[in-house]
Amino acid sequence: MNILVCIKQVPDTTEIKINPETNTLIRQGVPSIVNPFDTYALEMAARLKDAAGGEITVITMGPEQAANALRECLAAGADKAYLVNDAAFAGSDTLATSKILAKVCEKTGPFDIIFCGKQAIDGDTGQVGPELAEYLDMAQITNISELELSGAGIKGKKEFGDGYEVVEARLPAVVTVTKTLYEPRYPTIKSKMAARRAQIDKITFADLELEADSIGLKGSPTRVKKTFVPQAKGNGVIIQNEPADTAARKLVALLGENKLV
Amino acid sequence: MENYLLMTEEQKELVGMLRAILEKELAPIIEEYDELGEYPMHVHEILCEAGFSAAMIPEAYGGLGLSQETLAILNEEMGKFDAGFGCSFSFACGGIKTVLLAGTEEQKQYYADRILNGGISCTCITEPEAGSDVAALRTTAVKDGEEYIINGTKAFISNGPIADTFTVLAVTDKEKGTRGMSIFIVEKERGVKVGKKENKMGIRMSPTSEVIFDNVRVPAGNLVGNEGEGFKIFMKSLVRSRPLIMSFAVGIAQKALDLSTAYAKERKTFGSPIIKNQGVSFLLADMEIQIQAARNLILYAARCADAGMDLTSASASAKTFASEMAMKVTTDAVQVFGGYGYSKEYPVEKLMRDAKIFSIFEGTNQIQRVILGGYLAKK
Repeated sequence: MNILVCIKQVPDTTEIKINPETNTLIRQGVPSIVNPFDTYALEMAARLKDAAGGEITVITMGPEQAANALRECLAAGADKAYLVNDAAFAGSDTLATSKILAKVCEKTGPFDIIFCGKQAIDGDTGQVGPELAEYLDMAQITNISELELSGAGIKGKKEFGDGYEVVEARLPAVVTVTKTLYEPRYPTIKSKMAARRAQIDKITFADLELEADSIGLKGSPTRVKKTFVPQAKGNGVIIQNEPADTAARKLVALLGENKLV
Repeated sequence: MENYLLMTEEQKELVGMLRAILEKELAPIIEEYDELGEYPMHVHEILCEAGFSAAMIPEAYGGLGLSQETLAILNEEMGKFDAGFGCSFSFACGGIKTVLLAGTEEQKQYYADRILNGGISCTCITEPEAGSDVAALRTTAVKDGEEYIINGTKAFISNGPIADTFTVLAVTDKEKGTRGMSIFIVEKERGVKVGKKENKMGIRMSPTSEVIFDNVRVPAGNLVGNEGEGFKIFMKSLVRSRPLIMSFAVGIAQKALDLSTAYAKERKTFGSPIIKNQGVSFLLADMEIQIQAARNLILYAARCADAGMDLTSASASAKTFASEMAMKVTTDAVQVFGGYGYSKEYPVEKLMRDAKIFSIFEGTNQIQRVILGGYLAKK
């Protein structure tokens, strides 16, 4: 089975700070991580490979340092990796991004299954996976938390806020992955060392047959009009330095006073 | 370990991997397992799967062959979580050390395979009547055809209750004192029994017990090195391993300092954080100085070992200094926390309990001074 996992390097939002004067993210010094939903997608792919055999390719579109994110994936189950990187791609919105990725898939594939995280935790659009399926004219099942092979295709558990559906798709298909019941595997020392030495090929604009106007800033119909920080909801109350039973009593009393229970 | 700026990229990556696993798997259960006095086997298994049990085994036998320096750095990181766990994990792989020094190719591969397949080793030297005074050892190994019959009781054996592979020092010739001792590989399945388990003050996650050999027969091929060389081989092995084990003490001390510094910034008396009081900030400063010195002494000894140099002085100095440093630093950490520090609600009292053993095991600090005295007299 030939499997592709699309990933994105994102700032670690647990470490993020916002400049209160400009209302923009302070990116300096914020560590980068692989988008958590993408790590679940990779683990789902790795489990599929454990069960059915095959090869896992991982791609990302991003700056040079995104190669580090690819290396993390190589240490945690992926077999090979491509970095999609060119100044011509800068400023691409989800539409342009998925167009570029679709071309990359055609060039490096064909793939039986393409996994994506359901959304990236920085942009939070959740659009690239479905758009990619459209460009490639593949079936798509989204927001999947469990997946298995079934008949000629795959069967997955599609999560909703208040329940789930079991959906099937024939292959090839695009699967977007939400948080799974299991955690991604730990890399091993050997896989980590191998990943550090691994060759990561770069795919540039020249490698893909794309109209210059259809990608990058020019090919992106989306414009960000404004970013702002929502008003903080006020300070929470923290009950500290109390034994558990006293703390619990105080908490219940507080909730009662404020008519929250 | 951001406290050691000279780490290589590879060392940083290894520390990052180790920290990620321990943060998630060990940190949440430290209090529980310290109270229970048990070794969390599931965390051991996760670390083995990630390859950490292969760390000290040479590449030729399927391991990673990491340097002593890298092992010391990793041990310190483990010590910051739980030194007892770290000791047990390290001893679980460490039984192979004497075999690597003096065993046959076949023995090395056999022992390495056992560890790489999830086995747990332990080293049996001490007896109820023979600790520092190794010459008083009573456990015997008597040759009987193609076998040796081992009889005796070992005491205070780290990993005794959980080990499946024992490296044992026994007397093969009573007349010759320390020159009549030999090392044997003894598998649990040959009839090794676990005796009384110790209820310890500290490093409680590391299980310690008596180990009993009652007419245990091993093939003559389980003898490591030649008959009569056992004591010498063990001493050689201990000189190399002492600095590495003391890295756990540095980890304990670093954790104590990190917790104390954070607390001193947060805790207010007389209207300002206590770190603004020179009485407290100088205490913290002295902790920093002591930790820096101990860490660098250990890494110096480890690098001497990597370079194949004589480390008699570096090893004994690092062992003694780091263990006494950890006791002092953790005692001061409890002082910074005041009444809260003395309470089990806060984590520093555990660090103080954990620190004490480092002055006692791996050769007491008194014995280290005997070694150093002898070294200087001969110099």
